[in-house]
Amino acid sequence: MKPPDFLYYDPQSVAEAVGLLASLENARLLAGGQSLMALLNMRYAFPDHLIDLNRIDALAGITREGDEIRIGAMTRQRDIEDSALVRDGLPLLIEALSHVGHRQTRNRGTIGGSLCHLDPAAEQVAVANNLDAVVEIAGIRGERRMPVAEFTVGFMTTALEPDEMVTAVRFPILPKGHGFSFMELARRHGDFAIVSVAATLVYDGAGKVERAAVTLSGVDAVPLRMVEAEAMLAGRVPDEALVHQAARTAAGIEALEDAMVPSWYRRQVAETMMRRALVAADARANKGH
Amino acid sequence: MTAVSGFHNAKVLGRDVPRVEDPALIRGQGRFADDIMLPGMLHAAFLRSPNAHARILSIDATAARALPGVHAVLTMADLAPHLADTRLRVAMPSPSYRLDLHRPVLADEEVVHVGEPIAVILADSRYIAEDAMAMIEVDYDPLPVANDCVAALEPGAPTAHDGAPSNLVAEMVMGYGDVDAAFEAAPHRFHERLTVHRGGSHSMECRGVVAVHDAVDDRLTVWCSTQMPHAAQRLLCDIMGLAEQQLRVATPDVGGGFGPKLVFYPEEVVVAAAARLLGRPVKWIEDRREHFVATTQERDQIWDVELATDDEGRILGVRGQLIHDHGAWTARGVNVPQGAMSAMPLPYLVPAYRIDLKVAATNKVPVTPVRGAGQPQGVFAMERLLDAAASGLGIDRAEIRRRNQVPPERMPYETPMVTRGGIAITLDSGDYPKCMAMALDAAGWEGFAARQMEARASGRHIGIGLANYVEGTGRGPYEHVSIRLEPSGRIFVRTGAAAMGQGTRTMLSQIVAEQLGGDMSNIEVIAGDTHAAPLGIGGSNSRQTVMAGNSAHAAALKIRERVLEVAAQIMQTAPADLEIEGRMVRAQTPRNVQMSNVQMSNVQMSLGEIARVAYGQAGFKLPGKGGPGIAASEEVVIDAMTYSNGTAVAEVEVDVETGEVAIRNLVFAHDCGHVLHPRIVEGQLMGGIAHGIGNALYEFMGFDENAQPLTTNLAEYLLVTATEMPPVTLLHMESPTPLNRLGIKGVGESGVIPIGGAIASAIDHALEPFGVRVAKLPLSPVDVLALINEGRARSEGKR
Amino acid sequence: MGVSDLPEGSTTRRIEVTVNGEVRSAEVPVRLMVGDFLRQNLKLTGTHFGCEHGVCGACTILFDGRAVRSCLMLAVQADGHEITTIEGLALSTDTLHPLQEAFCRTHGLQCGFCTPGMLTTLIEFLEDCPDPTPEEIRVAISGNICRCTGYEGIVAAALEAAEVLRARRAGAA
Repeated sequence: MKPPDFLYYDPQSVAEAVGLLASLENARLLAGGQSLMALLNMRYAFPDHLIDLNRIDALAGITREGDEIRIGAMTRQRDIEDSALVRDGLPLLIEALSHVGHRQTRNRGTIGGSLCHLDPAAEQVAVANNLDAVVEIAGIRGERRMPVAEFTVGFMTTALEPDEMVTAVRFPILPKGHGFSFMELARRHGDFAIVSVAATLVYDGAGKVERAAVTLSGVDAVPLRMVEAEAMLAGRVPDEALVHQAARTAAGIEALEDAMVPSWYRRQVAETMMRRALVAADARANKGH
Repeated sequence: MTAVSGFHNAKVLGRDVPRVEDPALIRGQGRFADDIMLPGMLHAAFLRSPNAHARILSIDATAARALPGVHAVLTMADLAPHLADTRLRVAMPSPSYRLDLHRPVLADEEVVHVGEPIAVILADSRYIAEDAMAMIEVDYDPLPVANDCVAALEPGAPTAHDGAPSNLVAEMVMGYGDVDAAFEAAPHRFHERLTVHRGGSHSMECRGVVAVHDAVDDRLTVWCSTQMPHAAQRLLCDIMGLAEQQLRVATPDVGGGFGPKLVFYPEEVVVAAAARLLGRPVKWIEDRREHFVATTQERDQIWDVELATDDEGRILGVRGQLIHDHGAWTARGVNVPQGAMSAMPLPYLVPAYRIDLKVAATNKVPVTPVRGAGQPQGVFAMERLLDAAASGLGIDRAEIRRRNQVPPERMPYETPMVTRGGIAITLDSGDYPKCMAMALDAAGWEGFAARQMEARASGRHIGIGLANYVEGTGRGPYEHVSIRLEPSGRIFVRTGAAAMGQGTRTMLSQIVAEQLGGDMSNIEVIAGDTHAAPLGIGGSNSRQTVMAGNSAHAAALKIRERVLEVAAQIMQTAPADLEIEGRMVRAQTPRNVQMSNVQMSNVQMSLGEIARVAYGQAGFKLPGKGGPGIAASEEVVIDAMTYSNGTAVAEVEVDVETGEVAIRNLVFAHDCGHVLHPRIVEGQLMGGIAHGIGNALYEFMGFDENAQPLTTNLAEYLLVTATEMPPVTLLHMESPTPLNRLGIKGVGESGVIPIGGAIASAIDHALEPFGVRVAKLPLSPVDVLALINEGRARSEGKR
Repeated sequence: MGVSDLPEGSTTRRIEVTVNGEVRSAEVPVRLMVGDFLRQNLKLTGTHFGCEHGVCGACTILFDGRAVRSCLMLAVQADGHEITTIEGLALSTDTLHPLQEAFCRTHGLQCGFCTPGMLTTLIEFLEDCPDPTPEEIRVAISGNICRCTGYEGIVAAALEAAEVLRARRAGAA
């Protein structure tokens, strides 16, 4: 199992990288390589040109900008886990990362790589979806920003033009004391999720939900925002009945089916997981803030 | 987890001595097949069938041959003129065959499973060889597929081989007694239809072959990651038309075997033949994807079985049918289902028994033993039936087993069954009820009902389950071991046994050192090399410690006698007054006597000095009566197998909303006779238990309706990792076997055998409120949740 | 930026990598996996390939001190970086790393094929987490598959080594 032949480039800047992307046919960007390298080894991918982003230092880094945390596309998952800024501002992302692969893959894998690979079960994509993150995109015609919900177009398909690349993701910071939970059902530790749920609950001073966000992942081609459930929770003080009612909206989803997991299983488990994640998020919230 | 050993006053036996394998492996200085690099070596890649069943219309390798860096592309047409035979005739003898399915060296007319090799590419690197592979054009005419072993036996089913009369590869009846009369008279009968699947071996090292040809002497050396180098040598000689002395097969370090590496494979012939044809060393290293479709595996067995009991739950008879998925070729024989059938009743007194076996050809990877070799399936079937009877009769699951276990006072217990070689199956030693009681005590079986009630009150579903097994180990007839004390003073041990990671070299060093001074560092073991050992069988059936161990013991005793004889003559004393200590032979002198250096030299000699004297010199008489040199060769013949036994008790918690099963605790009590190396025994058990957990809950080698494999990488095929392992308690009993002088039994497969049965029993128990009965393995969360849903629907229907 | 300013693509590259403390350089095909570079070019065959698709962990090496899978990186990507393999773990020819010693004591290896990946993964882990629980160790090696041991001896080795390393650090301080 060895990769096919390709021409290799290691640009030093984003300008060089997008220049190459625009000028080369059948080119692929190489980020952390934790998915693409395996696809190359198995000869499921045959790029003529491989553009390695690992020498572009400007693409890595975590900064706070106002009410947002900006994470460069080539920031390694391991560095995100270790970041005090992220621990403080994006606890949901930290919790999700504990389910992403293993120590060795997180040491190489990048957040931008995960967003662009867009596996239906990808945890980082689910978190970006849940927090209404915004993707920064660069191309030879300039830069643009796009909400994650628009970026995730379909099964392993992003809204990127062929000559564009992701340079960063901007995550809004939720108010201190918000409730959050990331839960995942996978066969073994670190496996791809069969179903995962990201839930965040922001409360007003009276214990009512101000903003509810519930994302199901692994059940559809792209992360699914459970808007009906969110609407049920908004403006209410969650109790057991309300949480159950919100979770039951999962019964209506059309879940993916594959050789090992039928649709009914994902749907049934999604409801359970949603209920558990909402209970956990509510319990974790510090409503005094 | 410390074992008690039967070797009480031993120097090194029964102790956790450092393994002789570790110093190289821990530094990364092992030498596995892929680590062998020779000047001018070519790298092989195999073009394999993408179809489960098709006729090959044409093969065009013109473009591939023209690719720079490619030295040859060989098909059957290219190889056949250089071979004495084009088929691998490996089927073990059995009167049960109805079809001869000897696989070809390379497929040329018909392919019968995805992954079957068609051509080999030899190139400067594996990278280039894989480039060329994509350039070979094969024109196929697809044929109907036999994808399921039950459907394959239906009348009119598509045949796995075009033109075959049917898919019935073999049929046989195993049993004894008038089972139908027993059922006729029985007050209670219990029926189960069970589907058991095992999966692949997945040694972390895949297979690998390196061959180099010496054109001057027309001799081939083949390094092969195999469990059976001598069998490989014999088959290569047959197929290539070579004499044994022209062909050396040697095993480098082997990165795990687990069964499938005992099989002889087409790639071994092709690589050896290619090296001879091209005059260049050739290496082929199987990649993991190939391992999924080209290395043998164990898959489906469907058991339709019945148990008859009296009112007290005593077994009156067991009968039923077994359908076994054989895969596309006979790569070993019918030994897997045979092993399954003979394992089924073994722990118990079963007065009448009959299983009708049908072996079905399918368009899938050939089936041969994977660690356990059918025994886990047979045990699963028996233990499921006993659980059904316990539940039906209202008897505790442990109690019904206790009432039926072969009692210690009946040992040795000769069953009416025979092995595949026609040798009586006689349980040689053990106290099965006591072993089970040990496991139950440690697992808290008695108090579990209260814990379960408490858990249920808080919405948790926990359960406990058990399974007993008896494992046939130490399959004969012999294993070769020779020992030579060289004039350097070093002791060389050569054996037909093959090491594949279990610590075979340590085991033999221990046994030899015990008799020859206790210094293991003075012993060098050469295992798995046909040029070092004239005879050999190799690694399978948990046999090597029993067979090679006892040959080593017998040979070491002879060497000891000879060393002492020679030393006694030189030192002018009696052998009985001498002892070997480390690398010296010393006269036993009273401790309080002080001696000068001159006196010392009269009372001690090094092993090297003794060997030099025994070697002889022209014109001088040899010392003693034992002939020249100090060497001994033994093939201790033991036909009867020795039977290990044990009990696993599993405690599980089931998440009834997701179907996830967590094993909370596992107790494993076992008896493999005298323990030579407690840590190695425990390591074997733990590895087997992990494999058993995989078979119960994770490992599934899936194929779709066209017999296309669904799991071809390690992300899809789930091997147990550290996070899936429960806390395990190992308990040891030592009932030495009377069959060999060391009193030892095999343990290599024990761990895996009862795990599926115990986990299924525990899941049933946890899900009692839903009336769940597990009837298949492995069980995914999807399967478990489906069972729970069905249970819920049943109870709602009742309301 | 004009097309003419863009870097050229290449099929081979000269690379310079510090491996086990020694600077090694070679001309390599750009598609060569870093694991193959170590094994074939440098003859450091202690790093093993068990799956070549990033799951089994046997090929794990330390790349700038971090545990990574050497089947999922190209040799060209290692240019200018530091690699430690199993051959570079022992403190000297006579003295093993405490983790290696512990593996031998606790029967943490049988066939030895997964061992290089287990050692490199755990060495990085024990630096981050000097006093781990057995559960933390299990999570740390959940990306490394062993078919022989059932992991028990490996977890025990990591616990023992952690203790030795802590004592050494305390002694040095």
